[in-house]
Amino acid sequence: MPDSSSLGLPSISIWRRSKNAAATFGAAAAVILVLLPLVAIFGYLVYKGIGSLNWAFLTQIPKPVGEPGGGMANAIAGTCLILFIASCIGVPIGIGAGIYLAEYGRNRFGDLVRFTADVLNGVPSIVIGIVAYAIVVLSQGHFSALAGGVALGIMMIPTITRATEEMLLLVPQTIREAAYGLGVARWRTTLSITLRTASSGVITGVMLAFARVAGETAPLLFTAFGNQYWNWKINQPTAALSLQVFTYAISPFDEWHRQAWAGALILIILIVLSVSAVRIAAGRGMLKGTS
Amino acid sequence: MANRALGAPRLSGPQPVAESKVIADSRTQAEPLIKAGSGHVSDSLFHIAMLGCGVCVLALVSLIIYELARGSSLSWHAFGWKFFFRSEWDPVNDQFGAWAFVYGTLISSLVALAIGVPLALGVAVFITEMSPRWLKGPLAFTTELLAAIPSVIYGLWAIFVLVPILRQYLEPFLGKYFGWTGLFEGAPYGIGMLAAGIILAIMVVPIISSITREVMTAVPQQQREAVLALGATRWEMIRTGVLRNARAGIFGGIILGLGRALGETMAVTMVIGNRPEIARSLFAPGYTMASVIANEFSEATGNTYLSALIEIGLALFLLTIVVNILAQILIWSVTRGMPARSHA
Amino acid sequence: MGVGIKVEHLNAWFGKTQSLHDISMDIQANHATAIIGPSGCGKSTFVRCLNRMHETIPDTRVSGEVRMGDLDVYNGTAAVQIRRRVGMVFQKPNPFPTMSIYDNVAAGLRLNGFHDRKRLDEIVERSLKLSALWDEVKENLRKKSGASLSGGQQQRLCIARALAVEPQVLLMDEPCSALDPISTGKIEELIFQLKEKFTIVIVTHNMQQASRVAEFTGFFLMGRLVEFDRTEKIFTTPSDKRTEDYITGRFG
Repeated sequence: MPDSSSLGLPSISIWRRSKNAAATFGAAAAVILVLLPLVAIFGYLVYKGIGSLNWAFLTQIPKPVGEPGGGMANAIAGTCLILFIASCIGVPIGIGAGIYLAEYGRNRFGDLVRFTADVLNGVPSIVIGIVAYAIVVLSQGHFSALAGGVALGIMMIPTITRATEEMLLLVPQTIREAAYGLGVARWRTTLSITLRTASSGVITGVMLAFARVAGETAPLLFTAFGNQYWNWKINQPTAALSLQVFTYAISPFDEWHRQAWAGALILIILIVLSVSAVRIAAGRGMLKGTS
Repeated sequence: MANRALGAPRLSGPQPVAESKVIADSRTQAEPLIKAGSGHVSDSLFHIAMLGCGVCVLALVSLIIYELARGSSLSWHAFGWKFFFRSEWDPVNDQFGAWAFVYGTLISSLVALAIGVPLALGVAVFITEMSPRWLKGPLAFTTELLAAIPSVIYGLWAIFVLVPILRQYLEPFLGKYFGWTGLFEGAPYGIGMLAAGIILAIMVVPIISSITREVMTAVPQQQREAVLALGATRWEMIRTGVLRNARAGIFGGIILGLGRALGETMAVTMVIGNRPEIARSLFAPGYTMASVIANEFSEATGNTYLSALIEIGLALFLLTIVVNILAQILIWSVTRGMPARSHA
Repeated sequence: MGVGIKVEHLNAWFGKTQSLHDISMDIQANHATAIIGPSGCGKSTFVRCLNRMHETIPDTRVSGEVRMGDLDVYNGTAAVQIRRRVGMVFQKPNPFPTMSIYDNVAAGLRLNGFHDRKRLDEIVERSLKLSALWDEVKENLRKKSGASLSGGQQQRLCIARALAVEPQVLLMDEPCSALDPISTGKIEELIFQLKEKFTIVIVTHNMQQASRVAEFTGFFLMGRLVEFDRTEKIFTTPSDKRTEDYITGRFG
């Protein structure tokens, strides 16, 4: 086998080889540089937050400025309330639109809806906040959990719609035909057979949307607005975990800074828990012993 | 000519058919087993309901445009086009101009891309072309994890960890050796445009890297092999065989990252300094369109004030839509028909 | 008991392409009729027109008349009601993947509103026995999923599912083409037994299979019914040259 030099061709030069090495080194360096903040953030959350996570923190509401202690119980509750409202709005509309696109929308109008869902997905969350303000807060005359829920619910829709459509399209047509062949009406087939077959993927989509909006702060700034006290009414301003973390973080008080870290840790834990909980519930609903 | 008699011999060793003792043959009875109706009405109702959900999506976007336009009309009539080119922001005297915020938004996003794009491309190239197989999955997963962290937590970490590092180490370093560029002048407060740019960069890396990986994987293996067969090094193969082919898609991913950076609110608000200043130095504080809305909306007294903020929101909305549409078009041109995933 | 099917001047279109031309035939009750022909000749389309499955595909059209017993399939009866009287078994077994064996067999009844527990148990057992699957699965009816069975078992499950709604006609679209020879043999056995209770129409590209199980055979070519007669006659003394060419393997 003649080597390249005997053919009169230049062998791979040092210059090219070092460029190759540099590229590999650079890419690896990029990976490390990117992973560093990830590790740092999770690390600091645990390091700075874990010390403050105690029973008092989880069950008490904030104390007045200057007094040490207190907790974020009302913020945790508020987040749950707002997310519940958001899910009631976002999940049905999102899944419905996804069903529409997969089963009825393989046409121009469907393309328009699909495109619009993508557009909606890219709207900055603060702008959604403005719109929720305009339609809910202005008409009611005050901030409310409802307004916050509306804002977050709108944000959930595109993610759920896209995931539902994708998952439904993966269900083979022959499964639908098996149901038609049994004389099952189309609507029943879509709900009881097609959607059921795709349910695991749809649930994942819902869970992703949920996790995404759980951490949102901007749209809540002037919708839910925040509250120092307990609130379970959907028509009143409500505290939220993300809002509380923000308020405390930018404050000048060390005590509040400490609590901000704890609150942030709870927020991340809540997000991770909700993701896992839905997964487990979905798994239980599925048949055991499937091959 | 085939000559088969009817009732041909069974295949050897047939499964004996279990006795089919009929328990009740309702077909001989008058009543059919299933009494359900024809389903016509239910089918139509269901179709309408699902269509309604689809229409909801359209209605929501229309509603957004409508409310933003309606809310900004006051400010629009007061200041016109020039609103975006004057930098006077004086709520006391009802004088508003958004230039400082537009400037801040653009510069912070540009810094974010300047830092984030090389990092994202490096990560994408490493994962797709250089990483050992067992590492690909975990690496991809961890970069996606970055996308899951809420903005306010990025901001929290930035205030208490990133900013002190900038103030004590990075900014003095940059000021000393690169101050001549004009970009790194002035007192190193830590808080300012540079901090905002860095935290934004970390936040856009997952999106850019994910799209880049997608379009790089879409490049057919033959392209890589063709370049390697010519005697190229691995890096040369990546550069000419993959990156060049995926160029449009990568560019689209970058634009998508830009779209995300433009609309990012909380993390930026927490470290940018929130002063409507226009300065060349990255050490100076700034203010973005999203930040001014976040900070001042709930306290805006006066209709013109509120209207000016809503007008900024409208501009932000239109800006991000145009950028996102451009990005989608570019990405589609490479993945050709596979719909781009919606990125959180 | 099964009913006869009378088809008169049936035409079918996919968009602008006509795939069936003026088909007329008389399918005898309680007999098995095989539909044979080369690929793309319209056999599946024909059978799918009998239970109005053809129209589930967008942009399709059908003209002509199909009478099933005393029912006019296309005029005056909802498609859904026709399909409850006709069972269909598809080429590739398609049990509902998220359901157990029991739920699969009961699906047709449950989804149409029938929920009587005790009777469902009886019907599921009867259907599984009719399709010769009962002994193999009776221990795990509710625990095993439909998709965890072997190919041949899955197809018998689909047959049980179709039989559970007590159809009068059973349509089978190449039911054995995805199965191994032993499973094929079992299913052919089944068809032989089921003939006594149902009218069976079976599409097959396997001529030996047609001659094994069916009393009547229709030969389709390019969307037209070339010849329809007793299987014996088709395979020994076909009237049409094209039939003879196909039978002897000159094409197809």
